[in-house]
Amino acid sequence: MDYRTIEPNNGDWAVEARGLVKTFGDNRAVDGVNMNVRAGSIYGVLGPNGAGKTTTIRMLATLLRPDAGSASIFGHDVQKESQIVRQLIGVTGQYASVDESLSATENLIIFSRLLGLGRAEAKRKAAELLEEFGLTEAARRPLKNFSGGMRRRLDLAASLIAQPPLIFLDEPTTGLDPRTRSQMWDTIRRLVNTGSTVLLTTQYLEEADQLADRIAVIDYGRVVAEGTADELKASVGTSSLHLRVQNPQDIDDARRTVEQVLKVQSNVSSEAGKITAPMANADLVTDLLIALRSEGIHLAEMSVQKPTLDEVFLTITGHGTKEEAPQASNESNKVEVARA
Amino acid sequence: MSSSSIKPGVNRQLKNYTSFGQSVRHSLTMAYRGLLKLKRTPEQLFDVTLQPIIFTLMFTYIFGGAISGDVASYLPVIIPGILVQTVITTSIVTGVQLREDMDKGVFDRFKSLPIARIAPLAGALLADTIRYTIATVLTFTMGYLMGYHPAGGLGNVAIAALLVIFCSWAISWIFAFFGVIARTASSVQGISMIVLFPLTFLSNAFVPVNTMPGWLQWFVNINPISHLVSAVRDLTNAGTVGWDLVISLIGAAVIVAIFAPITVRAYMRRT
Repeated sequence: MDYRTIEPNNGDWAVEARGLVKTFGDNRAVDGVNMNVRAGSIYGVLGPNGAGKTTTIRMLATLLRPDAGSASIFGHDVQKESQIVRQLIGVTGQYASVDESLSATENLIIFSRLLGLGRAEAKRKAAELLEEFGLTEAARRPLKNFSGGMRRRLDLAASLIAQPPLIFLDEPTTGLDPRTRSQMWDTIRRLVNTGSTVLLTTQYLEEADQLADRIAVIDYGRVVAEGTADELKASVGTSSLHLRVQNPQDIDDARRTVEQVLKVQSNVSSEAGKITAPMANADLVTDLLIALRSEGIHLAEMSVQKPTLDEVFLTITGHGTKEEAPQASNESNKVEVARA
Repeated sequence: MSSSSIKPGVNRQLKNYTSFGQSVRHSLTMAYRGLLKLKRTPEQLFDVTLQPIIFTLMFTYIFGGAISGDVASYLPVIIPGILVQTVITTSIVTGVQLREDMDKGVFDRFKSLPIARIAPLAGALLADTIRYTIATVLTFTMGYLMGYHPAGGLGNVAIAALLVIFCSWAISWIFAFFGVIARTASSVQGISMIVLFPLTFLSNAFVPVNTMPGWLQWFVNINPISHLVSAVRDLTNAGTVGWDLVISLIGAAVIVAIFAPITVRAYMRRT
């Protein structure tokens, strides 16, 4: 694995989309999407099912004609120069776009041949990619017996034959188990290290958080927020302080102290002994801890939690993700406090 | 991810069209894919194997006595007729399978690849000529077993076979068009049968034209299927080449010239 990287020129956009619209019947699936993706970055399009993510990607990948608006890939218009655009992109769809009745090797050889590789070269390329994606053992088996994760990997491998500078991944990990998902994440990160640009859609907040340099939140066919994961989280507000007391009887005293010192409203959560308060000024926490000690209140646990993308999403769209998303709770910086 | 890094998009030399040579290569690769699929699912060949055997037996023994007095003298009439009817009916399957194939995710990838737009269609149609070949060979073999000895000789039989295969390939563009525009595979089957049944039966394939009412004779005589059947009869029974052959070839070319472009267009439009 070689990690020579290519510096994106400033202003070198991999994707520029202006006012993309697509209507199906009277449903405006995509309703004026604007998007700029810098070359060499991972860009996440985050939204619930039916928000218009796939439709947007299909328009950018020349699979669907926009009803209005324009888009260009590395400066080439997706409608007027579609054949050029197709030479610059790799597309991995939500549903594996590989041939079910053929084997993994046959699939890759056919795609390689279509991309202009010679017979021997196609064979070599197929073997190389299968090796890289850990599919060598299954190479000759028909895809019918492949697991979901294997199919996705083969699909991604097929998208990489021509080493396209821009790769579209439509929900690359939906339906994968956690282990396979983190393998897929590693693969995506490696891709960017070789100079590719990746545009991925996801309904998992955690995934966008983990992978994407910038995130566009899309809802009802519109981009409702855009920025880095941190920017989006900051837009929602401050971090919060979580305290758990050792002795449940102390909780009212502790709560009073918290509100006095931090001068904020606090909440007591249903699970006994947990106090949550917004933390606008981190400095005051020192005072709080001293005050708690002098009152003889012992803490079992203390943590600071940044807002999660879950909360961001809820705040921006006014509703949660429609699909059940995994907990995006890795942001909390837990600090175990020894007995005071 | 492989040993070399990826060329940035802005520095690439790219063309916005596919050359004719590339289109042919892409189509041949797609045809190779079709053959691989046939190899993996040989049960797809049931219809082309059984239909020639059953139809040839059935029609010859049912109509033989009534039309030509006996089975042996009916064979030179019916074998070319049944050949054309069977092989052209087989071409319906092309449209049906294309519809099924297009519903699968892999067609999304074909669309996103920088390949000639016609390649996925042309490849599928090309691969299906293997089906027509099987049907043709089996029909002639059945005829031979039943006592048909074409007076035109083996060479002319081979030419007749090629003619039928080529014309079926041309006609399969019509069904490919239905396949691309239809919503489901079974509707493709339905529409195609409605088109094909009158065409094959309102022809000279099974009965002498002069036994039909005048208005029907008019249609039967302009029906391209009749010309194809006559061309095959000329070749196999007499070893001669006539106008019917020319008309058949022109007809096939016209069908391809019309249906190939509109099928590709419909395919591109379809989302």
